[in-house]
Amino acid sequence: MPPPEAPPARPPAVAMRHIEKRFGAVHANRDVALTVRAGTVHGIVGENGAGKSTLMSILYGFYEADGGSIEIDGRPVRIAGSRAAIALGVGMVHQHFMLVDTLSALDNVMLGAEPDWRLTPARAAVRAKLEALMRDTGLGVDLDALVQDLPVGERQRLEILKALYRGARVLILDEPTAVLTPRETEQLFETLRSLRAQGTTILLITHKLKEIMALADHVTVMRQGRVVLDAPITEVSLDGLAEAMVGRRVHLGRAEGATGAPGAVLLEARGLTWRDALGITRLADVSLALREREIVGIAGVSGNGQSELLDVLAGLLVPQQGSLRIGGREFTPQRWLDPATARRLSVAHVPEDRHRRGLVLPFAAWESAALGYQKQARYDRHGWLQGRVMRDDCGTMMERYDVRPRNAALRSSKFSGGNQQKLVLAREAFGRPQEPRVLLVGQPTRGVDIGAIEFIHGRLRAMRDAGGAVLVVSSELDEILALADRVLVMNAGRVAGELPIAECNEQTLGRLMGGGGLH
Amino acid sequence: MDDVLIGTLVASTLRVSVPLILCALAGVLSERSGVIDLGLEGKMLLAAFATASVGAVTGSMALAVAAAIVVGVALSMLHGYACVTHGGDQVVLGVAITMMAAGLTVVLGIAWFSLGGQTPPLAEAVRLHPLLTGVAGAVREVPVVGPTLALALFGHNAFVYGALAAVAAVWWLLFRTRFGLRLRAAGENPIMVDAAGVSVKGLRYRALALNGVLCSFAGGYLVLAMNPSFIPNMTAGRGYMALAAMIFGKWHPVGALWACLLFGFLDAVSIRLQGVPLPVVGEVPVQAIQALPYVLTVVLLAGFIGRAVAPKALGRPYVKER
Amino acid sequence: MEGCIEARCGQPLRLALPVSQPVELPRWVDVAVLPAVNLALALAVAAIVVLVVGFQPTQVLALLVKGAFGSKVGLSYTLYYATTFVFTGLAVAVALHGGLFNIGAEGQAMLGGLGVGLAALGLGPHLPMALVLPAIVLAAALFGLAWAAVPAALQAWRGSHVVITTIMFNFIAAALLGYLLVNVLKEPGNMAAETAAFAPSARVPGLHEALAALGIEWPRTPLNLSVVLALAAALAVYLTVWKSQPGYAMRAVGFAPEASLYAGIRPPRLIMLSMAISGALAGLVGVNEVAGAHGRLLGEFVAGAGFTGIAVSLIGRNHPLGIVLAAILFGALYQGGAELAFEIKGFSRDMVFLLQGLIVLFAGAMAQVAAPWLARLVGLSRRLQAPPPAPRAG
Repeated sequence: MPPPEAPPARPPAVAMRHIEKRFGAVHANRDVALTVRAGTVHGIVGENGAGKSTLMSILYGFYEADGGSIEIDGRPVRIAGSRAAIALGVGMVHQHFMLVDTLSALDNVMLGAEPDWRLTPARAAVRAKLEALMRDTGLGVDLDALVQDLPVGERQRLEILKALYRGARVLILDEPTAVLTPRETEQLFETLRSLRAQGTTILLITHKLKEIMALADHVTVMRQGRVVLDAPITEVSLDGLAEAMVGRRVHLGRAEGATGAPGAVLLEARGLTWRDALGITRLADVSLALREREIVGIAGVSGNGQSELLDVLAGLLVPQQGSLRIGGREFTPQRWLDPATARRLSVAHVPEDRHRRGLVLPFAAWESAALGYQKQARYDRHGWLQGRVMRDDCGTMMERYDVRPRNAALRSSKFSGGNQQKLVLAREAFGRPQEPRVLLVGQPTRGVDIGAIEFIHGRLRAMRDAGGAVLVVSSELDEILALADRVLVMNAGRVAGELPIAECNEQTLGRLMGGGGLH
Repeated sequence: MDDVLIGTLVASTLRVSVPLILCALAGVLSERSGVIDLGLEGKMLLAAFATASVGAVTGSMALAVAAAIVVGVALSMLHGYACVTHGGDQVVLGVAITMMAAGLTVVLGIAWFSLGGQTPPLAEAVRLHPLLTGVAGAVREVPVVGPTLALALFGHNAFVYGALAAVAAVWWLLFRTRFGLRLRAAGENPIMVDAAGVSVKGLRYRALALNGVLCSFAGGYLVLAMNPSFIPNMTAGRGYMALAAMIFGKWHPVGALWACLLFGFLDAVSIRLQGVPLPVVGEVPVQAIQALPYVLTVVLLAGFIGRAVAPKALGRPYVKER
Repeated sequence: MEGCIEARCGQPLRLALPVSQPVELPRWVDVAVLPAVNLALALAVAAIVVLVVGFQPTQVLALLVKGAFGSKVGLSYTLYYATTFVFTGLAVAVALHGGLFNIGAEGQAMLGGLGVGLAALGLGPHLPMALVLPAIVLAAALFGLAWAAVPAALQAWRGSHVVITTIMFNFIAAALLGYLLVNVLKEPGNMAAETAAFAPSARVPGLHEALAALGIEWPRTPLNLSVVLALAAALAVYLTVWKSQPGYAMRAVGFAPEASLYAGIRPPRLIMLSMAISGALAGLVGVNEVAGAHGRLLGEFVAGAGFTGIAVSLIGRNHPLGIVLAAILFGALYQGGAELAFEIKGFSRDMVFLLQGLIVLFAGAMAQVAAPWLARLVGLSRRLQAPPPAPRAG
């Protein structure tokens, strides 16, 4: 049961008004207002790019807003940097922990705020303070253990402790449960309830709607830089939140139907499970099948396993469990696919991160245009690169996908982001001599200008119509809805739900993306 | 084995290890803060030259040591400017410093002293003298272990005791002071240090300054205690051996001390072992013993005798990202 | 992604990456102007030192040029030194293209010389030159390759930093060579630690001999036909690095390890390949020095050429053409420096080592510092030349 509302006479812990923030052409925050009552848990919900992270970064001093004002405890303030924010009592627990693995938990808390230049008295003083703090809040951390020996949940508690030690009265948590097991999540919630009882104000950034319903007193939903919903939790429902988060989609239920029924299964994955180096499960028992003449879209808020899924299917990651069948061959964790084999099996991959993966920036365009295919007979004759063929192919690719400038000798880094993306797509879709049968695409139109988006979508549809299977991972729900014949929503490393496009609507998608079930 | 032999072996090990210890400590400080230092050899060499030339000209040990310090710190600041401020490649810079020092010392040596690159020998008054000889005499009277201990541990010059004290001092600095804590964090996760409001560049510059001072003492020692003249390339690879010792000691001052003593011991013993057959292996060529520190370091780096894990952020210039 | 690299190689991949260029300069500025500026800075500092020790930089420079190019003997020595520097410069460059800093060229050259010595002493007395010389070249390359292969394997599969291991291997090589020369290969009756002179069939013909066969008179110098081998090596490196598929893969690994994984390239193999080629090139120094110039194996034949190779590669922008030019520059410095030391009392050849270090400093570690200034100059000149921009719509 959420506690009764605080008496109105007390000023809000945080009041942000008319916040504006642009990054170049991107309008990240548009006239955003946020009022957070002291001693409450305030949830901030939204998809990728909704603007919630930007807003919190402004509050924490990473950025300064272009316009608007901020008040802490009723006093107008200017937050010029993280140090100013900390001084004002604002603490942040980041998604990626800011800890030094080889130092003890105690030393990590103390770093930068040591009470004495000699460590022995400093540690004693800090330990006393921390033990009191741990008693009061119920947070338990082994202060003498090295961070590298601590489990993930304990590291997060340490981050919270760090913020509290520096006097945080407002605690911002950015997607805190992304790395936690269900049990650790429960422990975290207990901690947060306890902190709230002591008067700490908590800002919880998340896309997991169930958590909001369970924990928050008040919720703000953002979409495309604006606040679309702001209400006490008693006045909202899970479905209401889901719909607000996803918004009304004009394209739902597309005008054009699919050109033919899907054909044979070209790629089948079963039970894919992958845990990262820290032991966090990023993919949990994911199964999917890709068929001829079908575009499958993977929807979901970033960070729920979509990237890892792409990498596993492309042969860049080896799962701990699961199987993959392509082209009559079966792959298991003992002998998994690798990128070269994938290409030989006619599986092409457009990576999400084109800068680090998709291109070699210092290479000329014609060299990048062969990346991944450099050993194929077309380009490699007895170890010698067939430069002319590679250049001609590059020229053809540039023509087909309208890559500018049409200069195959130009360094890859000199092309604009959108043109780089088009080049990578052109390369993967290219017929050598046949076009690929399976195309895995991550964020196909990221950074691409509006005119080219339609063009690229058209090419993907054309590939499908020619008999290929296309898998699109995108953080833009609009894109998924425009392209996909079938939509899989991922949440917390699992496939939360699978729907044919005709059955997709705001509520269902929102629920699935927010961690709720289908019904 | 004879007492005198043990005593003299320990004594010569200590004496030979001094420049290694000082350079290894310098390396530990720099690398723990995240800056690779391959210029130990060059800094030591140039400092040795400064000591020798200023000492020969002024006849004052204090001025000679001061000159060495100026030179050592200047090179470290160059290191900082190129690598910490401008993000230049730290490995290349270390190689550059060593190459420059090798050339500059001989050029100046010939120009100033016309002795083919050598400096005139320093007068005895300018050099280091044995200390604690009185105590040594008293210890010698102690039954059984007295003579060995006296020979081994007493009667060394100030820099020997200074080097051992420096190990303790660097240990204390790294693990018992605020500065040391922040320095170690800067070498592991500079983003975190920056977010905590501490200047990473400031820490690294200060680490480099200390590094410069320690290298200068190492260089000074070569001339003040080992050889009264500067001879071209007199460092003879000691800077690299110190680097190896630092790695072998896993970037810990005390570990580095033991590694330096081990390498120093090998050096001290290599002459004696010539022509002497050992059990099982037979006669060991002096070159094998000379190569042993380097072979051991490679074996360690290959992970065959435990793991040497460098500071995580070592070698990567810190660039503030927003 | 950390995860995927670990999954493939077993150890986190840590490459010693070469100098990075955050400032984007136009191609021609990057290739020609920047190294010239860095060279000028190094020369300027060297000139200051020359002044400090009491000489006139212009006089010194004039004498140096005369000593290096002013006579047939001088020119020959210049080219003879340049030959060795081409080998070590190419060695460093190939490794840099693969993303690795090979400081071990010094030790790899020593091993190459050892290979030459063994092949020459073993085969020379028994076989004709037409068979012995190719065997010598092969031995030089293989021994150098082997010495580079161990640090390479340790980097590729155990993550051991190749810079440190190659430095260690330099010292181990010196100890090994010293031991063999003193205890095993020494010519009986010789006071010096060197082998017997090689049989005539095991000596690379001097250039004077080759020219004499064509009827041209040329003074006798250490310059030998290895210079042809050096040029051939430069061409081979060019073709391999930029025109071959393994070269493509190597450069991909050097520039973008993640993209290379994406492309199906396995970094450990390419690490081995680039270091192997690098070591083999460094080993060829043995052909020039041991089988060519000295005609016997002795201890000090490398004498810092491995480090000069670093300077040559940096100033030559890691390109075979630049390296050949830079090697000639350094050859001229060495030869000119020797002449200067001969003619001017008090002048030492170590000035060249100082200049070398300054070049590594300015062209290597501090290449960053000049680049923004140059970029600003380029931007300024562009703005002065370009027509005013058309008014933007909306």
